[in-house]
Amino acid sequence: MLKALFADSSPDRAHHGWPRVAVDADSWRAIGEALREGKLDLLGLWGDVGAVQCALYEPATRQIMSASLDARAGRVPSLALFHAPASRLERAAGDLFGIEFTGLPDPRPWLDHGRWPLHHPLAEAPRPGVALPPYPFLGADGPSLHQIPVGPVHAGIIEPGHFRFTASGETVVRLEERLGYTHKGIEKLLCGKSFDAAARLAARVSGDSTVAYSWVFARAVEAALEFQPPPRALWLRAVMAELERIANHLGDLGAICNDAAFSMMHAECGILREQTLRACATAFGHRLMMDCVVPGGVAADLEPRGVEAILALTSGLRRQFPELIELYENTASLQDRTVGTGVVSSALAAEFAAPGYVGRASGRAFDARVCVPYPPYDAMPVEIAVRSEGDVDARVWVRIREIQHSIGWLERSLAALPRGPVHSGVRAVPTTSVEGAALVEGFRGDVLAYVRLGAGRRIERCHLRDPSWLLWPLLEAAIEGNIVADFPLCNKSFNCSYSGHDL
Amino acid sequence: MRRRLFKNLITAPCTEPVAEPTDQFEAAGEALRGAIARRLGRSLAIREVDAGSCNGCELEIHALGNAFYDVERFGIRFVASPRHADVLLVTGPVTRNMREALERTWAATPAPKWVVAAGDCAAGCGVFADSYACVGAVSKVIPVDLVIRGCPPTPTDLLQGLLWLLGGVGTAAISRPAGS
Repeated sequence: MLKALFADSSPDRAHHGWPRVAVDADSWRAIGEALREGKLDLLGLWGDVGAVQCALYEPATRQIMSASLDARAGRVPSLALFHAPASRLERAAGDLFGIEFTGLPDPRPWLDHGRWPLHHPLAEAPRPGVALPPYPFLGADGPSLHQIPVGPVHAGIIEPGHFRFTASGETVVRLEERLGYTHKGIEKLLCGKSFDAAARLAARVSGDSTVAYSWVFARAVEAALEFQPPPRALWLRAVMAELERIANHLGDLGAICNDAAFSMMHAECGILREQTLRACATAFGHRLMMDCVVPGGVAADLEPRGVEAILALTSGLRRQFPELIELYENTASLQDRTVGTGVVSSALAAEFAAPGYVGRASGRAFDARVCVPYPPYDAMPVEIAVRSEGDVDARVWVRIREIQHSIGWLERSLAALPRGPVHSGVRAVPTTSVEGAALVEGFRGDVLAYVRLGAGRRIERCHLRDPSWLLWPLLEAAIEGNIVADFPLCNKSFNCSYSGHDL
Repeated sequence: MRRRLFKNLITAPCTEPVAEPTDQFEAAGEALRGAIARRLGRSLAIREVDAGSCNGCELEIHALGNAFYDVERFGIRFVASPRHADVLLVTGPVTRNMREALERTWAATPAPKWVVAAGDCAAGCGVFADSYACVGAVSKVIPVDLVIRGCPPTPTDLLQGLLWLLGGVGTAAISRPAGS
């Protein structure tokens, strides 16, 4: 399909990581048709000055390609008209660049709340900010319906976002999300930065996925400059990524059970998570491993003391985690809350190319480590855990399996770590613009990075697409027909990032 | 489950004894209880407000509640409403889209109240400081009583910060906001 679509265009030679072709409006619409027919997955869509770009994945061939379309005229055909998952991506690109997407079914602003000093802040010549009318929420009319507005300041220690529930008694008829509260203007801050300075920003797009973001950014920069980091660095990056996966899954497993009022599991998982973070601090010098992955390699080598700490952690997990799985499995009151709750149909998961455990719990067998493998996973593969039920329970089980797989992978990789340097200076200085793109499997799903470096290796444009972009809309679908009290369970089983989405 | 509960009953708690490397933290916690007892009658209710953080600070604030740190034994608890809070613990570079929500949360908190800005972003020195979409330090929006730096601050830093606020000892990671 990808080949047929782009048969008469040749890939841009400055773009690395995977091919990018420049297409015309007709081909852009043809992409929309292919997305509608389900032949391609939309991995991302983002604006640029005078252009728009999308990344596509073809499940049948496991190929990724990007397509770009000239947008200097200020308007381009909407892909959301064909393929609903593009909607919020186009609304965001419209807010940031002022690009008009012709035919976009939902033209409401998304990230722009009318509070910025700049209107279309990433456009070539941004205008002063404008106040916007109150956000019109979608309607849900009928007798005995009532609305429950929640947020942006929520009841727990969580990120800000607004949820507008319409309920009939206890049953949720519609949930509409209003996001963008944590929009920090990261993409504008990245412009003009050296890639070393930009790496620190990329590491803070979503703190829980700092390793995944640092890694995907580094890979995109390295692809653009056609640079290969030393082998040991690649393995250490993966060691960190698996530790990050374990820590987050443990935290969320506890939190999901806690939202079903089963606080014992929360306490037990909290202990294992804390042990994981302490091992990370011993091994890499930071509990969350922020700024440990940098373009060119990793910031510091793993000392024998660190290896010991990680192995002590994994053997502890091997001892303690099975008891918790048994506890989850044998507690009827807990199962009563998770089984059959918050179902995401496999059709919706496929349509939205649902990343991570949400997709895998609904039968979408995609994991970037396996489907588009990158070192070191090409040399030492991971298993994918897939379920088909699509409920909270299935997402819990996918995460349980992923913890187990990561424990095994860590132990095998530490025994196979190549020796040698962990960083080498990236010396290449491009004379013209070069571009790189990469995909890395974070704990939540695949994170995408696109980087264009100009003369002096400064960032001209960098786009980082969090998996949450494709997960948030599915949460709206998952809660429909469930009771309001099950929303925390559903929400935690997704654990979408607000910050990663809002950028 | 009964087996697990019984096992937990007969094994020692994870909560670290004072002799462990985190003994400084333990001492901080004990002293905090005293300070709270003097000012608030043995409890400190905290409402956490994320004003646009990357969620790294939230992860570490969460960790305060795990069995190793267990802040509740010192009378500190996180509450769901600002109406119940003594302290607002604010993170993030205060995005323009969150500014009004932060102001309203502060207005909804009854006096006496304190504001702790946690993390480099909330302190005004984070990586997002120069953005069109961020106001900057929390102190630009609401009065701040204490700044706890760190990216993110560790659970130990956080608890020591709360202690300092209530008249305990200070540490190097903590500074008064400029101009106070």
